[in-house]
Amino acid sequence: MIKAILIFNNHGKPRLSKFYEHYTEDTEQQIIRETFHLVSKRDENVCNFLEGGMLIGGSDYKLIYRHYATLYFVFCVDSSESELGILDLIQVFVETLDKCFENVCELDLIFHVDKVHNILAEMVMGGMVLETNMNEIITQVDAQNKMEKSEVSARAPARAVSAVKNMNLPEMPRNINIGDISIKVPNLPSFK
Amino acid sequence: MSDVVEKTLTALPSLLSLDSQPGSAKLSSSSKLGALIRGITELTSKHEEEKLVQHELASLKDQVSSPNISMRQMKEAMVRAIYCEMLGYEASFSYIHAIKLAQQGSILDKRVGYLAVCLFLNENHELLLLLVNTVLKDLQSTNLIEVCMALTVVSQMFPKDMIPAILPLVEEKLNHSKEIIRRKAVLALYKFYLIAPNQVQHIHNKFRKALCDKDPGVMFASLHIYLQMIKDNPEGYKDLTASFVTILKQVVSGKLPMDFNYHSVPAPWLQIQLLRILSILGKNDQMSSEIMYDVLDESLKRAEINHNITYAILYECVKCIYTIYPNSDLLEKAAKCIGNFVISSKINLKYLGLKALTFVIQQDPKLALQHQMTIIECLDHPDIIIKRETLELLFRITNAQNVTVIVEKMLEFLHQSKDDHSTIDLVGKVAEIAEKYAPENKWFIETMNTVFSLGGDMIQPDIPNSFLKLLSEGFDSEEENQKLRLFAVDSYISLLEGEIKKLPQRFLQVISWVLGEYSHLRTDLDSARVITLLAKLLDMKQMSGETKTWVLMAMTKLCSGESSISIAQSVCDDYSSSMDTVLRQRAHELQLLSQDSALRGQLLTLHSGSEPLEVDSSLSFLDAFVSEALAAGAAPYKPPHQRQEELAQEKALSLEPYELSLPINMSSSSLTGRQSPTLMSVSSGLSGDSTELSLKGNTTILKLEGVKRVWGKEGYLSRKDPLEEVIQVENPSSPSQPTGTGGTPSDTPTPSATPEPEHGKQQLASSLFIGLGSQTSVFLMGKSDPTAQRIRRKVKTPNSSMAVTERGSVSSTSSAVDNLLCNNIPESANMVQEVTYETPPPYKTELDARLNEDLIDSTPSPVQSNGVETTSDKTESEITDKPRDECSSISLPAKLSGLPHSEVTSLCSNQTVELSACHVEKHDYVLLVIFISNSSDSDMENIHLQVISEQLEVSLLCESPLQDIAKHSMAVCQYLLNVRRPVVHFEVVGMLSYQTSSENQEVEFSYKLPLTSFVRPLEVSTEQYGTMWLAFSNDTKQNLALVTDGQDPLTDTLDLLKKKLGLHVVEIIGVEGIVACRLVQDQPCLLHCRVHGRTLAVWLRSPIPELPDCLLYHCQRVLEET
Repeated sequence: MIKAILIFNNHGKPRLSKFYEHYTEDTEQQIIRETFHLVSKRDENVCNFLEGGMLIGGSDYKLIYRHYATLYFVFCVDSSESELGILDLIQVFVETLDKCFENVCELDLIFHVDKVHNILAEMVMGGMVLETNMNEIITQVDAQNKMEKSEVSARAPARAVSAVKNMNLPEMPRNINIGDISIKVPNLPSFK
Repeated sequence: MSDVVEKTLTALPSLLSLDSQPGSAKLSSSSKLGALIRGITELTSKHEEEKLVQHELASLKDQVSSPNISMRQMKEAMVRAIYCEMLGYEASFSYIHAIKLAQQGSILDKRVGYLAVCLFLNENHELLLLLVNTVLKDLQSTNLIEVCMALTVVSQMFPKDMIPAILPLVEEKLNHSKEIIRRKAVLALYKFYLIAPNQVQHIHNKFRKALCDKDPGVMFASLHIYLQMIKDNPEGYKDLTASFVTILKQVVSGKLPMDFNYHSVPAPWLQIQLLRILSILGKNDQMSSEIMYDVLDESLKRAEINHNITYAILYECVKCIYTIYPNSDLLEKAAKCIGNFVISSKINLKYLGLKALTFVIQQDPKLALQHQMTIIECLDHPDIIIKRETLELLFRITNAQNVTVIVEKMLEFLHQSKDDHSTIDLVGKVAEIAEKYAPENKWFIETMNTVFSLGGDMIQPDIPNSFLKLLSEGFDSEEENQKLRLFAVDSYISLLEGEIKKLPQRFLQVISWVLGEYSHLRTDLDSARVITLLAKLLDMKQMSGETKTWVLMAMTKLCSGESSISIAQSVCDDYSSSMDTVLRQRAHELQLLSQDSALRGQLLTLHSGSEPLEVDSSLSFLDAFVSEALAAGAAPYKPPHQRQEELAQEKALSLEPYELSLPINMSSSSLTGRQSPTLMSVSSGLSGDSTELSLKGNTTILKLEGVKRVWGKEGYLSRKDPLEEVIQVENPSSPSQPTGTGGTPSDTPTPSATPEPEHGKQQLASSLFIGLGSQTSVFLMGKSDPTAQRIRRKVKTPNSSMAVTERGSVSSTSSAVDNLLCNNIPESANMVQEVTYETPPPYKTELDARLNEDLIDSTPSPVQSNGVETTSDKTESEITDKPRDECSSISLPAKLSGLPHSEVTSLCSNQTVELSACHVEKHDYVLLVIFISNSSDSDMENIHLQVISEQLEVSLLCESPLQDIAKHSMAVCQYLLNVRRPVVHFEVVGMLSYQTSSENQEVEFSYKLPLTSFVRPLEVSTEQYGTMWLAFSNDTKQNLALVTDGQDPLTDTLDLLKKKLGLHVVEIIGVEGIVACRLVQDQPCLLHCRVHGRTLAVWLRSPIPELPDCLLYHCQRVLEET
């Protein structure tokens, strides 16, 4: 079972945290801090698995992570999950984000936390892997988005639709160029 | 943390402000979230961030609680609240609004509402109850997205009590036309299975339908459930083995649609899941394993593409092959696979390769030998995780010959490691193997010193405890004991004379105890010098109160002679007014005892260490004092649990009338809880809670107190054996001489021509892997694992403690041989020869002598030996002599055969022994009868049978344990079972260890028995039932199916339950019926049944929390079977 999914940047700022098991607010923050501490110490050329932090801890748990440009994607799983399987699941997740946001970058994750959560919910449900096929995930997410849009247009008077759209769903300006913050997904194996 | 934040905060604004393009400005101003994020990034300190977020939260609070907020604004506010929560600031005011949003909003808003609920709440949160109706409504919605959202939230968290409310709806979704809905419904049900397995057990056949779903996605989801259920009960799903194999076959051969391919591998995650299931099903089961061989072979072949995910499949395949019943062809291929993993340049694969090696090392040490050079390289790998995994591997192959090298490597790692988790873990391991295999005293003490100083205060408390236990109890030879203690004293004196600031508290406690106990052994050491050193410790600032207590106690033991008394006095002056009461107590003791040397001599005799101290655990010497106090009007003592119960009673609302007289046969806990304290509770308090009183006790038990503190209550019984092993290694003839004596296999596999720098590594390799090869064939024949060995050590304790009392050279040599045998035990006689061939000469003779002895032992005619046994064992177990062919027709002892009992089932068997068991239901208890039949041609000796259970109290029904069973005969052991904690099925596990013709063997077995074996009718009148009903607090309600064939469904159903479960029907009134039963030891459970249309609403109540649920399960089973 997947216990938690964390995304934070190179400075340890959380960008997404999803726990599938109950911890108190404080413990969650501590887990994020500790996980960042453990993961950020690792060199680039070491393995993607880490055993035990004290909190999620215990020999049964391990952290499986990938590092893309400015972001760390960390899955905390128990022994019933396959290490390499999860590693590729992270890749699927990132590729899916990339497709959904068209060249995903850290800012997408910050401003569209809810969307990211929705995408994640199509992949992992209650700690279990639900879907591993990227196209399938995107289809589901798209279907929901369409449904929402049609609902918006159904509610609002036709003329106001575009205005509402602009107000309500601000498109992320793609032209801002903020250094290397863009986490352009490498065309697969980032991984030797 | 703060510097990290600072870095972030200094980095981000510069990034954002770098581009002053209109785009970003628009972005930031267009939404409040944008403003918030921008605000946060512009800050420079954690403190400022806190201020800003608190301000933001305050304005959020105003916004969400204003009555005219639109749903859209609410949604936007929720996203901001989510952001704040993610940063670690609590926004609890928004929880209720999140629920409202999920309730009232349109789909768009609802989704955010549900998301916020998922992120904010947990399944125990009280607000969650408000969500139940929304979920119910959405589950029934025609909008697919709403249904999906509801299912998602259900699988994330749902209050356990409310599951019955939505269960039918979720179940219904299993038949939904959309596969995504079916899939999510399956996962939701899986969640229910995890948190309340009893609730979903009636839909198991629907899971089967999901497994056969036409959509592979739904099938995949159902595998989650199956993996869990098969883990819990592998026997129950053996019939599915063939189906899983077929599914895997189809997947592997590419029968799935292309959509399921990932990097042209067909459904890899599905394959992984299936392989895991198969490995559990095939474990210890030849039949099922044989079905799998083909498909495993196929999977190994197919997984050739060089991609990460195929390696994931390969790894699972390999693990599966090594878990199931072995097949030599597959094992060979798997071994090759592991080899490829280990030598791979991809670091993740190397890691998994090491993991796999660790996993298979007990079965196949040859594999480790093949890769020894790679393993050596991994020891120096820059990646710390790889290093740790390698040490884990080495830990598994430690033996008496390579222990020094391996411990050295581990300590090296410990010196560098900064990670608490791995330090604690590794320190424990070093202590374990050092104790088990230590070659000599000096090395052992020094290693333990390093362990204590490196482990610091995080060290598991049992390490110092067992170390002290080892020192104090010693081994068979008193001389060795003294030497070990002397070493310890010497090394601690020199440590204390050096730098003492860095020594951790735990270590100081160990040091002070050892010095207090044993420094007198060093006759040239002045006790004043030791006391001075100890006093120096007391002056250190960082000393904890606990450590100071230890030091003071050590001083108490030591202070004799003028100079030490004067030091002691000055210490007492400091501490006798301490705020810490324990410390003050110790200081007073020290003061009194140092002044009164006669009393001190009487209390602390020097050489009392080895004699067992007599403990009056009932504290009978205080009886007079207590009765005097009682007579003078003092309140009688109540044990803590009783006090607590009474306290709780006072707080809780009382629902019953005051003058309540309870039936006699009610549980004693409720009895003591409610009635005014009686004499009975006084006496129980006296005898039962001696520790409490002993704290306040007088000084005669001072020493005892100290000893108790060091060792805790119990649990170090097993520590004898390592000592024997130490001795064995101590023996001059032991095989601890450095490496490569001829015939050690480690030199064979090393490559012959190697460059110079390789040489060192090879030396290391040969010292690390020494002793592995000789056991290779043995291990291949029979799986042995270290845990089993450890258990055996525990089992042996009673014998070994007996050996201590009759100390003598004979017993020590024989135990040495025993140990040799246990460690390198071959399965058959010709293997014994191999071992003797490889061990140095002195051992050979000993072993030969031993073998001869055994031969002589076993020569007497069967009649004789049988006769001996029957007489010796008459008291406790009946032995029936039977020829081998009759062994299968086992019958119960005559006096039990009339009672209701289960069928005799076979537990396990090997060449020598067959074990079978059944249980007999007596009125007040359940009897577990185990039949041990020796089917071999030699006698079984030194039999030790251990039976334990987590949920049951198991006690042997005889005075003296079973010893021997003659060839072709049988022994019967009876165990009394009582319920400790009710569960649906009890499991009893046991282990039988014995010796046949000088070989030590052991077999493990487990036996299951249902709760129903313990259920007995409880005969009560309706009035008694009424009062009991009110008194019990734990209840469960459920609707059950009625038996509808007959005239009167209620009577029929209750009769069926009565017949099958042994319940007592108290009364049937119209559509209601009341039923009562008890577990064997008077743990009552009451059922109240009422007919509702075609179902029977059952309400169970009991004073035992788990009982209603478990009993309900069985009722459900009984009714479903009809």
